[in-house]
Amino acid sequence: MKLLDPERYDVGAFYDELMKGPGIPRPETRLLFELLESLPDGELENFQKAAEAALYRMGVTFTVYGDSQGVEKILPFDIIPRVIGAREWSNIEKGLKQRIQAINFFLEDLYSGQKILQDGIVPKELIFSSPGFRPQCLGVKVPRGIWCHVTGSDLVRDGKGEFLVLEDNVRCPSGVSYVIENRHVLKRTFGKVFETSRIRSVDDYPLRLLETLEYLAPEGTESPTVVLLTPGVYNSAYFEHSFLAQQMGVELVEGSDLTVLDGRVVMRTTQGPKRVDVIYRRIDDDFLDPLVFRSDSLLGIPGIMDVYRAGRVALANAPGTGVADDKAIYAYIPQIIDYYMKEEPILKNVPTWLCHNKKDREYVIENISRLVVKATNESGGYGMLIGPSSTKAEQADFRERIRKNPRNYIAQETLSLSRSPVLVQDHLEGRHVDLRPYNLFGKEVYVMPGGLTRVALRKNSLVVNSSQGGGTKDTWVLKD
Amino acid sequence: MLSRVANSIYWMSRTLERAENVARFIDVNLNLMLDTDVVGNSQWEPLVMTSGDRSLFEKLYRESNKDSVMRFLTFDRSNPNSIYSCVLAARENARSIREIISSEMWEQANRFYMLVRDAAEKNTIFNNPHDFYTDVKMASHLFDGIADATMSHNEPWHFLRLGKMLERADKTSRILDVKYYFLLPNLYGVGSAIDGVQWAALLRSASSFEMYRKRRRRITPERVADFLILDRHFPRSIIYCVSRAEESLRAITGTAYSFYSNLPERLLGQLTSSLNYSSIEEIMSGGLHEFLDSIQFRLNRIDDAISESFFALPNPQSNKPSPVQYQ
Repeated sequence: MKLLDPERYDVGAFYDELMKGPGIPRPETRLLFELLESLPDGELENFQKAAEAALYRMGVTFTVYGDSQGVEKILPFDIIPRVIGAREWSNIEKGLKQRIQAINFFLEDLYSGQKILQDGIVPKELIFSSPGFRPQCLGVKVPRGIWCHVTGSDLVRDGKGEFLVLEDNVRCPSGVSYVIENRHVLKRTFGKVFETSRIRSVDDYPLRLLETLEYLAPEGTESPTVVLLTPGVYNSAYFEHSFLAQQMGVELVEGSDLTVLDGRVVMRTTQGPKRVDVIYRRIDDDFLDPLVFRSDSLLGIPGIMDVYRAGRVALANAPGTGVADDKAIYAYIPQIIDYYMKEEPILKNVPTWLCHNKKDREYVIENISRLVVKATNESGGYGMLIGPSSTKAEQADFRERIRKNPRNYIAQETLSLSRSPVLVQDHLEGRHVDLRPYNLFGKEVYVMPGGLTRVALRKNSLVVNSSQGGGTKDTWVLKD
Repeated sequence: MLSRVANSIYWMSRTLERAENVARFIDVNLNLMLDTDVVGNSQWEPLVMTSGDRSLFEKLYRESNKDSVMRFLTFDRSNPNSIYSCVLAARENARSIREIISSEMWEQANRFYMLVRDAAEKNTIFNNPHDFYTDVKMASHLFDGIADATMSHNEPWHFLRLGKMLERADKTSRILDVKYYFLLPNLYGVGSAIDGVQWAALLRSASSFEMYRKRRRRITPERVADFLILDRHFPRSIIYCVSRAEESLRAITGTAYSFYSNLPERLLGQLTSSLNYSSIEEIMSGGLHEFLDSIQFRLNRIDDAISESFFALPNPQSNKPSPVQYQ
């Protein structure tokens, strides 16, 4: 029996990314469907094993915290790609460009005139209570007026198939290396389909990233020196830092490699100090400069913020962007788009209740069993409650947490996320997926076609984070 | 290149070479046990001395016998110079410079580590230890070969070779020193069977038995010492190692021969010169042990000077933990 035969693969009551209905593919997935149907028994399993072996050999791994034996695992990976048609993608792309630009206007405004607060569009107290808001950055002139150079937005498809924005990642989104490596592996496996399907390439991301970074170099710098700043080898995303540095051909540095000398940031080399112009930093604001932010930080570079304020080194992303990562601020993005751009949001938010507001809070406490509750400044799937699958005790715990600290919680409708087939032993089963495209803001906004499809590998789970048993899939965006 | 990266690559290389040499010591001793009728455990104690960790060993183990010495030198994580500790440190260093070395080198460092880790977990190598120590030696050779063939021979590669050559010179001097000391009584029972076998074993632990045979027919203590210290073509002799180390150091700094621009160049230049103009007769008359002792001392000073000149972080505010290294 074929893999996607209605008897064998249950589409369920969900929007299925591959199948329009039992036994019927979507127009954009027809080629892939035909390929899957033509595979002899056991072939897909062989593909899956070969792909996993290749990823392990290439060292496409992440570090598991708290595992002293050290150390690395491959991110679970599913062999069946997720396909998005050209028209649908073009809408996503427009929506993300609009959103990123609005967020950038917002950040620029927050750290200068704060008009949006004076006009009462976003409540002042939400901003000033946000841990991502950095008063130290007030009045900073960022190079070319760009704050959020590298961003990633989490999108989900609801039951009707419409893409919604679930979260914005405006600090240091990770995962882009998996997109590129997954694609390498899939090209080897599904070479035939690649020839005929006209799939948009993701390989040039590192080059575009480098161009974005070089664009920020202080004026008049000839051949600027760009570096990637990592917290070090024990960081869970270390593979990605090393991968991107290698692909861009720039030095991968740790905080102790850098120092401030005569008003410049320099790196320590065997031939003496060498000037650095642009830093793609993959460490949080908190750890950047112990003289300005957390004084106990061992990862940062004392004095770097002074050099930054003087415009002698560029930082990407700019310190202070974390405020736009706050899930309470997320709720205001539609108003922010309207305020700065006088446009309707092309991509909608997931319906969200702000526990900070009394009426919303009461609603959330009343209806907690059918909502998803999230802490406003946590990531990685931590600090959240999935109402429908939670116990009474967990619900009571979250009600208590919300009452104690309403500012720190939002709630969203529990969505019926779309599903995509994954290989489970010898057959396919539907699992919930989301999508994280990566965006670069340099001369213009670039949205990587596709991005990381994360899949909740546990049956019925809605949480796709890699720290919570999530895996990844390659994402194919078709050309027109 | 970044000082931290230079430091990591230097130590990655040193610790892998160290792991290989420990495997050599043990393997040759195992062979010797099969060939001779030396009774008791007196064969095993010199091994601990060679590695220079006698006091740690005595703290951890009650007596030196085959089992305790092998464990201590192979799998004991509390011994920073055990094969396991060395390979783990090398892998951690390799991981922190993955974007500098070739991916093949990283894969091999990773495989090397997994080979030793799996053996440590299974604990079955004691049934057939020879295979395991051969695997360790080969894993190290494979790494060297991959490094030579896949990495540009520029600055990082020269730090790699500098570390390897200094480590190897040190280990050759130690193995000669310890064996010589223990074999000394036999010098006067010239020609006894055990004597010949022991000296052949010494050569084998430096992989130099066949090469020695091509150059010299008879095995005499003085000729063995001459070969391991002053043979210009044998890749594990002390003079060969320090000459290659000097080559790499000069490639890094760009300073011409006979000149120096920093302390490591001066010290290493002094050492190669004195070896270049030494004869074995002179060395023996001054005492071989004293000579080897001074070589080890000078190698340590060179290592310190390299750290000082190339790796040291000038900023005292820095709190970064140093790369994984043991000395």
